[in-house]
Amino acid sequence: MSNDIKIKKGLNINLKGEADRSTENAIISNFCTIRPEDFHGVTPKLVAKEGAKVKAGETVFYDKANELVKFVSPVSGEVVEVQRGAKRRILAIKIQADKEQSYLESGKLDVASAKAEAIKSHLLAAGCWPFIKQRPYDVIANPNKSPKAIFVSGYASAPLAADYDYALQGKEAELQAAITALGKLTEGAVHVSVGAGSNSPLAGLSGVTLHKVSGPHPVGNVGTQINKIDPINKGEVVWTLAPQDLVIIGELLLTGKFNAERIVALAGSSVKKPRYFRTKIGSEVATMVYDNGIDKDSNCRIISGNVLTGKQVKPDGCLDYYSNTITVIPEGDDYEFFGWNKPVFNKISTSRALTFSWLNPKKKFDLDTNTNGEHRAFVVTGNYEEVFPLDMYPMQLLKACMYKDLDEMEALGMYEVAPEDFALTEFVCVSKQPHQKIIREGLDLMIKEIG
Amino acid sequence: MSLKSTLHNLKEKYKGTKMAPAFNALHTFLYLPNDTTHGGTHIKAADDLKRTMNTVIMALIPCLIFGMFNAGYQHYHALGTPVDFLSWDSFSIGLIKVLPLIIVSYGVGLGIEFLFAIIKGHEVEEGYLVTGMLVPLIVPIDLPLWMLAVAVAFGVVIGKEVFGGTGMNILNPALTIRAFLFFAYPTWMSGDKVWVHGAVERANEIASGANVDVISGETILGSLAQGNGAGYSVADMFYGFIPGSVGETSTFLILLGGLFLIFTKIGSWRIMLSSVLGALVMGLIFNSVVDAGWVTVSSKFYGLMSTEFWHHLLIGGFAFGTVFMATDPVTASQTNKGKWIYGFLVGFISILIRVFNPAYPEGVMLAILLMNVFAPTIDHYVVQGNVKKRMKRLKAKTA
Repeated sequence: MSNDIKIKKGLNINLKGEADRSTENAIISNFCTIRPEDFHGVTPKLVAKEGAKVKAGETVFYDKANELVKFVSPVSGEVVEVQRGAKRRILAIKIQADKEQSYLESGKLDVASAKAEAIKSHLLAAGCWPFIKQRPYDVIANPNKSPKAIFVSGYASAPLAADYDYALQGKEAELQAAITALGKLTEGAVHVSVGAGSNSPLAGLSGVTLHKVSGPHPVGNVGTQINKIDPINKGEVVWTLAPQDLVIIGELLLTGKFNAERIVALAGSSVKKPRYFRTKIGSEVATMVYDNGIDKDSNCRIISGNVLTGKQVKPDGCLDYYSNTITVIPEGDDYEFFGWNKPVFNKISTSRALTFSWLNPKKKFDLDTNTNGEHRAFVVTGNYEEVFPLDMYPMQLLKACMYKDLDEMEALGMYEVAPEDFALTEFVCVSKQPHQKIIREGLDLMIKEIG
Repeated sequence: MSLKSTLHNLKEKYKGTKMAPAFNALHTFLYLPNDTTHGGTHIKAADDLKRTMNTVIMALIPCLIFGMFNAGYQHYHALGTPVDFLSWDSFSIGLIKVLPLIIVSYGVGLGIEFLFAIIKGHEVEEGYLVTGMLVPLIVPIDLPLWMLAVAVAFGVVIGKEVFGGTGMNILNPALTIRAFLFFAYPTWMSGDKVWVHGAVERANEIASGANVDVISGETILGSLAQGNGAGYSVADMFYGFIPGSVGETSTFLILLGGLFLIFTKIGSWRIMLSSVLGALVMGLIFNSVVDAGWVTVSSKFYGLMSTEFWHHLLIGGFAFGTVFMATDPVTASQTNKGKWIYGFLVGFISILIRVFNPAYPEGVMLAILLMNVFAPTIDHYVVQGNVKKRMKRLKAKTA
């Protein structure tokens, strides 16, 4: 059987401002912020109170539901502020970084000989567990359940996403260590995908089942690949990891240090010189954004992540825990005279209703954040299916989530999906429905009711 | 201060008040709103519901204009004083007769939409933009305006708003309006008097003793149902120089509109194609029944049964219904497989009703309404296919 994955359904959103393949060190961020909301479903139990000194890799908080899952500081420094919201919910933990970084020594681990249990407790103790996510539900993996397989997508097809082939260069040893270790935690295979014809460092790893993928976005989404390779059935669990997080896990295993360093793409049409930066998780975006042609008072949106699934961050915000891309695009908070019926040449559309992006599929667009219309009930049918390669019915599943029918959600394939799988359907949605939010709320309901 | 900022200030002023939906409906008609994305994707595709609906209306415009010309053309033709098709004489009759239909249709329908939006506090949805254009095109030209107003009110309230508005309705609103007219005022909706402007008036004059010639306003379907033959050439039928509802006669322009909808990806080619196939299959079945000699000239069904199968596509409202009404995404099947089944049955049943209902030989309206009711059931079984596949996968794993 061929291991290649080829899809036809989908949509490549070509945007201006792709990152150049050159990397520079970002200005070292004075502050590092961890936001518990990055870890969906986790109720944080704070360990490092305000004023506490932490080393890089030292626990800042753990998950109230599972004390073994620890969240560690990406930098060494002093906890200067714990921002709280309603009901004293922790919004952010701000750490002032030391000039001289010191690391907590977790000890090396010989991955070749280590037992599964030892690897698991090592990853948990050292704070690398949050990098492992699970499906169903798209949350941090439950360490008590063994996955049937592990999936890593090494192909980024999302618009302006960081190119793994470039960002992972020279990290073969770390990747291999992480893969070997993770391979012991599952009875099944470790599925790794790379783009067809790429020279990804992931392609040379041993102990993996390699898949070459090609086609439009969302072929790079791990959810698409799971659906094509080994779909999740009821009761099964798979784990997913992002390649940039494998590097951090690998370095921990090889050196005993939690090094939160990461290569991040700065992209988007508002960026004058889009390129890659070496920085750390939780760094202020200001350290990268403002020296690169964006004015402080310009009307732009800074996104931690890509334009489809990322989070909007304020100018004083920070890189979130999982992202390897920062995108800056213009805000679209302006009116457009007769914008709903005049011919459109500068926006992307899957229809041809006086929209002309079909004339030139390679053209790169400069899209802003305007919704291009108001929120409506579901009306148009068939357009989601064109961009949705998973073997399920997207609109029916969304509606099942909206009327909260758990049996139907389960039957229609809810265990297999994550919000990001519905990013493209949300993008093309004529009724401007919030698909990812609907799916997230549906998944949360399932966690609560079914567990 | 520019119009843009004036309107923006007004919008802020009305925000949260009862009048906000009504103001926003007018504001967003002039300007694409300044809403930005929050959560979810940060960018969105260019299409919205207004653009979608507007595309359908653009596809309808040629039918509307042709219908205006044809109204006068048929009128003078029936009077025995024919005028050129493309003449002011024929157009002016159409304009005078059709424009009020459009105004009443939009006025009453949108009025109710605005009212419901204000009462229920949601935005005015665009569904009626298309419905309001469809309705004048599928009624007889001399329909009294008050009847149209009553029917539109019924169709919008009972057919759509009670279900929750655009996107929630089960039956096609335009056809609900037409069905209401048909059952409430049958004398104005069928027979041989209503399809040409002036025919009813003339019939009344004759009844009161005036010595004038009768104006015949019979449609081809009516004529065939009476066993009188079509009376028009295939070219006339195809290009639409025949009596009928205002906008349904020109198969040629409907075909162009259909191709436009398919090209713009707004209309479902699956429904259109399968509906045509369904109609052809049913037509062929009837033709072969006639060929086999099971139905003879003496049968009252002979006229329509013996009509060559592909002529069914050209006469009556079949083409219009298939292209513009069966494809309504809300009331049609929503799955791609379901659309094939739904469309095929629409075509199949249209011709079936057409042949077996000589009193009212137009099947497409009832066929679409019937299939509207069955569309969710079709979808249910299509989706169950996917669910079963998933269950099977699970069983194979656990076995």
